[in-house]
Amino acid sequence: MTDMQKLYLVVPLAPLAGAILAGLFGKLIGRTGAHVATILGVAVAFIASIYIFRDVQAGNTFNGTVYTWMEAGGLSFEVGFMIDQLTVMMMLVVTFVSLMVHIYTIGYMHEDPGYQRFFSYISLFTFSMLMLVMSNNFLQLFFGWEAVGLVSYLLIGFWYERPTAIYANLKAFLVNRVGDFGFLLGIGLVAAYAGSLNYVEVFAQASDLATQEMAVTGWPLITAICICLFIGAMGKSAQVPLHVWLPDSMEGPTPISALIHAATMVTAGIFMVARMSPLFELSDVALSFVLVIGATTALFMGFLGIVQNDIKRVVAYSTLSQLGYMTVALGVSAYSAAVFHLMTHAFFKALLFLGAGSVIMGMHHDQDMRNMGGLWKYMPVTWITSLLGSLALIGFPFFSGFYSKDSIIEAVHASHIPGAGYALFCVMLGVFVTAFYSFRMYFLVFHGKERFGQAHHHDGEHHHDEHEEEDAHAGDHHHGLAPGQKPHESPWVVTVPLLLLAIPSVLIGFFTIEPMLFGSWFDGVIFVGDNHVGLEELAAHFHGPVAMALHGLQTAPFWLAMGGVVVAWFFYMVKPGIPAAIQRTFKPIHTLLENKYFFDRFNEIFFAGGARLLGKGLWKAGDQGLIDGIAINGTAKLVGWIAQMSRLFQTGHIYQYAFTMIIGVFILLTFWFNRG
Amino acid sequence: MTDIPFLSLAIWVPILGGLLVLATGSDRNAPLARGLALLVAIAGFIVTIPLYVGFDASTSAMQFVELQAWIPRFNINYHLGVDGISVLFVLLNAFITIMVVLGGWKVIEEKVAQYMACFLVMSGLMNGIFSSLDGILFYVFFEASLIPLYLVIGIWGGPNRVYAAIKFFLYTLCGSLLMLLALLYLFMQADGSFSILDWHQLPLNIAEQTLIFFAFLVAFGVKVPMWPVHTWLPDAHVEAPTGGSVVLAAIALKLGAYGFLRFSLPIVPDAAQEYSGLIITLSLIAVIYIGFVALVQTDMKKLVAYSSISHMGFVTLGFFMFNPLAIEGALVQMISHGFVSGAMFLCIGVLYDRMHSRQIADYGGVVHTMPKFAAFFMLFSMANAGLPATSGFVGEFMVILGAVQFNFWIGFGAAITLILGAAYTLWMYKRVVFGPVANSHVAELEDLSAREFAFLAILAVCVLAMGLYPFPFTEVMHASVDELLRHVAVSKL
Repeated sequence: MTDMQKLYLVVPLAPLAGAILAGLFGKLIGRTGAHVATILGVAVAFIASIYIFRDVQAGNTFNGTVYTWMEAGGLSFEVGFMIDQLTVMMMLVVTFVSLMVHIYTIGYMHEDPGYQRFFSYISLFTFSMLMLVMSNNFLQLFFGWEAVGLVSYLLIGFWYERPTAIYANLKAFLVNRVGDFGFLLGIGLVAAYAGSLNYVEVFAQASDLATQEMAVTGWPLITAICICLFIGAMGKSAQVPLHVWLPDSMEGPTPISALIHAATMVTAGIFMVARMSPLFELSDVALSFVLVIGATTALFMGFLGIVQNDIKRVVAYSTLSQLGYMTVALGVSAYSAAVFHLMTHAFFKALLFLGAGSVIMGMHHDQDMRNMGGLWKYMPVTWITSLLGSLALIGFPFFSGFYSKDSIIEAVHASHIPGAGYALFCVMLGVFVTAFYSFRMYFLVFHGKERFGQAHHHDGEHHHDEHEEEDAHAGDHHHGLAPGQKPHESPWVVTVPLLLLAIPSVLIGFFTIEPMLFGSWFDGVIFVGDNHVGLEELAAHFHGPVAMALHGLQTAPFWLAMGGVVVAWFFYMVKPGIPAAIQRTFKPIHTLLENKYFFDRFNEIFFAGGARLLGKGLWKAGDQGLIDGIAINGTAKLVGWIAQMSRLFQTGHIYQYAFTMIIGVFILLTFWFNRG
Repeated sequence: MTDIPFLSLAIWVPILGGLLVLATGSDRNAPLARGLALLVAIAGFIVTIPLYVGFDASTSAMQFVELQAWIPRFNINYHLGVDGISVLFVLLNAFITIMVVLGGWKVIEEKVAQYMACFLVMSGLMNGIFSSLDGILFYVFFEASLIPLYLVIGIWGGPNRVYAAIKFFLYTLCGSLLMLLALLYLFMQADGSFSILDWHQLPLNIAEQTLIFFAFLVAFGVKVPMWPVHTWLPDAHVEAPTGGSVVLAAIALKLGAYGFLRFSLPIVPDAAQEYSGLIITLSLIAVIYIGFVALVQTDMKKLVAYSSISHMGFVTLGFFMFNPLAIEGALVQMISHGFVSGAMFLCIGVLYDRMHSRQIADYGGVVHTMPKFAAFFMLFSMANAGLPATSGFVGEFMVILGAVQFNFWIGFGAAITLILGAAYTLWMYKRVVFGPVANSHVAELEDLSAREFAFLAILAVCVLAMGLYPFPFTEVMHASVDELLRHVAVSKL
């Protein structure tokens, strides 16, 4: 093993060591020990990632096995690493955001009794996510995939005494399992037809797979594989209709909303499809499917962000919508744009979430935006960094989000794949919607009248819509400020990560767009077929980031975004009566949005209720009724009955026996004589 | 190495040791009985270790073979041996016995010596089943092993124990009588040989094969148990004491599945091929139907019992797709299920010992008072739901992969367990462990004792080790499974 390979191992194992220390020996090492150990682990991983990044930059990639997990049926199942340009970018994003979140957590979870447990979980998450992105095969990908799902489950339910939290985490796990169901079938198809689970070996056979049909169903194999794999991505990256778990996941503590449910884990699906570009490129049907799902998510989840009053939920719906943008980019073969948006989004969305967390702390755990207003005075760092994050999110020129989102829109514009027209409509309108809800939130929180410190009204209405468990107010969720109390700026462990995340949120797009989208950075990693446009057209018109931003000032997306900001300003700053009036006028639409298109209710009744009903039916009618009732106990009863009957023959009266015997002899003799 | 009869030791150390424990007599000597039982169980496990260490993975032949005439007049022999299919079960059985002794340490206060002796004797008998190469020897062990389990349920069981014990006994006895007929028929056809290995080579026409196949199917199908002859299991589990449930789930269910591989597939390969569709259908019904039934159980033990049936559906499914991935996956699933279901029942036992209730509704918020327990229970629940990096994943994954290879729709049906398994296990976990403290009884719960911590920790290590590195488990299987498949592919007609 070379030194470099040892370093690859260090990256995931350092956070794992931290997680084990904080998890198993949390009492022993105490609170300080726990955060020192885990932060050290993640910091080591981050520094090692930088070093590996430099090494990859110098042209040294790696693809090799760490150990053979199992061999069976002619297949070798391995744990191994693939270190290339895509991996190393993900490693940097994951370890950097994770490091920021670790530091931030010191402040955010300061008073929580589960301090060590929390640090253990987030370090375990970092380990799992790194194993996922560093994998060189489908098995380990699935390992990481499920492991991040597990940690997400544990963290959403971190405050386990809260009924809404443990409802949300079960829901998250099960909805993800629906995705994994597809994902596993996709992996099964790959194993069955390619005879390997190693990326490189499978990709080498891609064109061969594209010509085959599936044995039993007769479907085109490659399309089936890609759609199955993408169903996995739909679960993890919360695409319609498997998006339902993500808004509820906000029940978890805010740091993990930033790390897991915005910056990293939910983008695993995007990463996976980009990684599988050699397969997806061969199926236009699958790409169209991806595109339509992504476009629907991008627009319709954005709408939901408009009606939310919980600050975290606004950011959550914006995450859904942005994931939709990334998926759209995948659909039009602009994989590098998807990954680029993944990266910029990781920074500015982590920033926005951590900013929201800082606001929540300042508000003493009140999350309702209707109780905020005018916070800029009290929380200057949070205010400025949130503004920067919001500008990046809406794609304001020169901010990182501009470069990534504009590239996606242009790529959709250039694409000819079926569904591209619909997608273009969705992503364009989505720009307006994004700007509107982002600045609605911004104005409601940081500007306008100070509404805190009053008796608050109607909170928690979004927390428990359909399920039986009541009481969303349990735990330390909705304390809020006492009358007369003022919000306060958060301590430095919280504000420093905000500042550190604000830097890439603003700048990273400007500096990296050229190599990542139009340069050779992803050569040999991401494939775009000759029949797909991808980013070619965009590349032809690219004359540097400055020119792109200046040009961006004159295009429709910019004006749509500005329109969104102005409308939000007008509605929430100038004429605050308007939203309520609109709400009254368009009652049915508001009801639809308020109920999130009734997805939750449908799932609750149809799937959850249906499964319970079916289970009860099979149990009572099948097991207890038919099998036990009729077959088993029936047999026992029959035996008993026969015994009862035969007892009747044994009466003990000699004359009855004699009579029976005579009749028997008579019958036998009759047969005997008539046998010839 | 081979001079020492390790297989005989694996059988007779626990049986004779068990009789010794029995000799300690009344409950005045209970501490002695417990200590002695633990000693015997550990010794019983130690003598099985050479079976793995000295196992030659490169051959499919029987190893550690012992052959002595037993009843020469009928050519019945004391014939033992293990191959890659059976060797791991001997180890698993001996290992689980230690867990059972530890699990019943404090809980069983009446007839301690008899309780421990029952389990030790049963352990030896079951090792006999896994290593018999003589049909009659197999049958004797197979039937004899019913008795201790019957006693365990009938004596140390719950309020409805008599119904459960009789149901269990009759169910399995009816099945195995048909098997006895099949064995006798084979004996006659094979010119007076009871050697299972001879029977593997015995030519049989399709009518004979079909009859024998169904005789075996009933015998082994009841034991597995396969749908629709599974209804004895939930009753037996609910009434059995914790140790009984552990052995039942971890080992006893494996006997039936093992029978398919040792008897049905190699002796009547053409019938096995012919009726594979039937078995696959029954298995998928077990996986899906039982998954739904498990979802709505209100009794934790019943829930895990149904989950066992569903998991065993994966085993029979894997056997009858005739590809190495699926068969090895099924075998791995059997081993893993031994650890996981054993651990699940022990966990429920831990709760039951404190609360004397298995009703999910009586619990809630256990994590507040038993955090260590909650952590272990989480691990085993996740393993039960087939999470990667636990042993529960490995077998399921292999069988699903094999199924997709065999026929996409069968893979599709099998993969539904991903959702159902997670749903019933984690929903139960949520209601029992999470949430606010449900009542004053839960508020007074004490966390794991050192003894409970020990056996759960050992099982946790097993579950994780097998999930992270299953290589050593599958390594020993390859030669035997490949040979089996070659054998099945050749028609006997």
